[in-house]
Amino acid sequence: MTFTTFIQHVLTGISLGGAYALIAIGYTMVYGILLLINFAHADIFMMAGYFMIFAMSSMPWFIAIPVVIVVTVALGLAVESVAYKPLRMSPRMSIMISAIGMSYLLQNLAIYLFSALPRAYPVITPLKQSFQIGGVSASLVTILTPVLTIVLVLLLMFLINNTKIGMAMRAVSKDYDTSKLMGIKINRVISFTFIIGSALAAIGSILYFTDRMSVTPFSGILPGLKCFVAAVLGGIGSIPGAVIGGFFIGISETFLVALGYSTFSDAFTFLLLIVILIFRPTGLLGEAITEKV
Amino acid sequence: MSLLEINGLKVNYGGIEALKGIDFHVDEGEIVTLIGANGAGKSTTLKSISGLVRASGGEIRYDGEKISGLDPQKIVARGISLVPEGRRVFPNLTVLENLRIGAYLNKDADAVEQEIERVYKLFPRLEERHWQQAGTLSGGEQQMLAVGRGLMAHPKILMMDEPSLGLAPLIVKDIFKKILEINQSGVTVLLIEQNANAALKIAHRGYVMVTGNITLTGSGTDLLNDASVREAYLGTKTNG
Repeated sequence: MTFTTFIQHVLTGISLGGAYALIAIGYTMVYGILLLINFAHADIFMMAGYFMIFAMSSMPWFIAIPVVIVVTVALGLAVESVAYKPLRMSPRMSIMISAIGMSYLLQNLAIYLFSALPRAYPVITPLKQSFQIGGVSASLVTILTPVLTIVLVLLLMFLINNTKIGMAMRAVSKDYDTSKLMGIKINRVISFTFIIGSALAAIGSILYFTDRMSVTPFSGILPGLKCFVAAVLGGIGSIPGAVIGGFFIGISETFLVALGYSTFSDAFTFLLLIVILIFRPTGLLGEAITEKV
Repeated sequence: MSLLEINGLKVNYGGIEALKGIDFHVDEGEIVTLIGANGAGKSTTLKSISGLVRASGGEIRYDGEKISGLDPQKIVARGISLVPEGRRVFPNLTVLENLRIGAYLNKDADAVEQEIERVYKLFPRLEERHWQQAGTLSGGEQQMLAVGRGLMAHPKILMMDEPSLGLAPLIVKDIFKKILEINQSGVTVLLIEQNANAALKIAHRGYVMVTGNITLTGSGTDLLNDASVREAYLGTKTNG
């Protein structure tokens, strides 16, 4: 592998990793607040792909992008209020099963509405512009994805650590009852979490599919599972952890493909999951869960 | 008219009647204490006043208005704060953030700063440690923080659930001194304690609870000298 091709693969890897990181944040934030693995998150990401196809067929890209983000957020909120809110007081397993059901529902809804045949993802011309730096060529989306990811994560961290709603989110993630005693409306904080998670999934979806050309109703499954692994690797509940996990998996996967092991690139992710769960179940940055009495 | 009136309050917990229809009242400016053994329903009483637990019967009136059935955030907004059992400070928030979150419903930033100053004056230790994660504080400091956080909502009634639980005797003494100070500053106090001796010493009035009922009531001193109370809750036998 020459130095130029190495750099080329690094760029592709961090670009894929950035998209993974944005999706992984959605898993980790919802887990942090609800202790729920939102299996439907992957399908919200897939739906965002379809929304972009329809939006771009009648609008210019700079209007289509905000429209897609808004519609995806609406879908995320709808899933929360239909499938999770009514089960707030139920055992965790019930909500988990509801999440799995919601995931299948969205996939089958997509098959019913859009058919299972792949649909071409629209080309956002400015994102596809390519650069030539030295021997390395890259399109704008490759460079933009990691940069945008880092900027969004910094904004999100600021929001969580320095604003009132962020403080409420941290409080709710620790103790529902005491948060209620402070006057915090738990449902509002949970909805806010879903808004952020879905908006990031929409952005991640645009960046991811721009490099992939087509969307099918099953397009969410594999990236969704990988992002879930990324969140577990980083320590579920931790946002910086999800970002590190996303980049790690994106880069590893790209290099496995580049080295000719593309058959194993998906298996690697799940092997990683097993290894983490055995040796470090709290992930890289996760905190040990202690039951306080 | 009393500030807080509880009439025939009943609470069911999964088929078990935790409160079997209790009546009591708290007047403005008082310290009232509920004493009784574990499982008598003291915590349930406070939780249902603050809206965390729904009453299955009876009513709670505050300032003449019915508040039973309201959501917790409406009740805290009206001026009833609960300092929960076991302190329950947010361990991942700093001391200052814990105080700020106590004033979550207050949109006036200047007023919040004034409340913080007031709490710092009462508990100077909290100011020294304002930057620290609350989870790293000692038990006594966490209790100060929990009380300070409860005061941040500028309550008319501060309810405290076992503030002395698990604390060293010297710190308990200090906490009770602070409760008196808070009361003297004009806050009505409703206090639950297993340490009945300490609670009755500072309380104007007390109620004794036994398995979901109120069995005895009187002034703090009366109850302190009551033979049955002494035997059951103070651990002292009165020999003639």
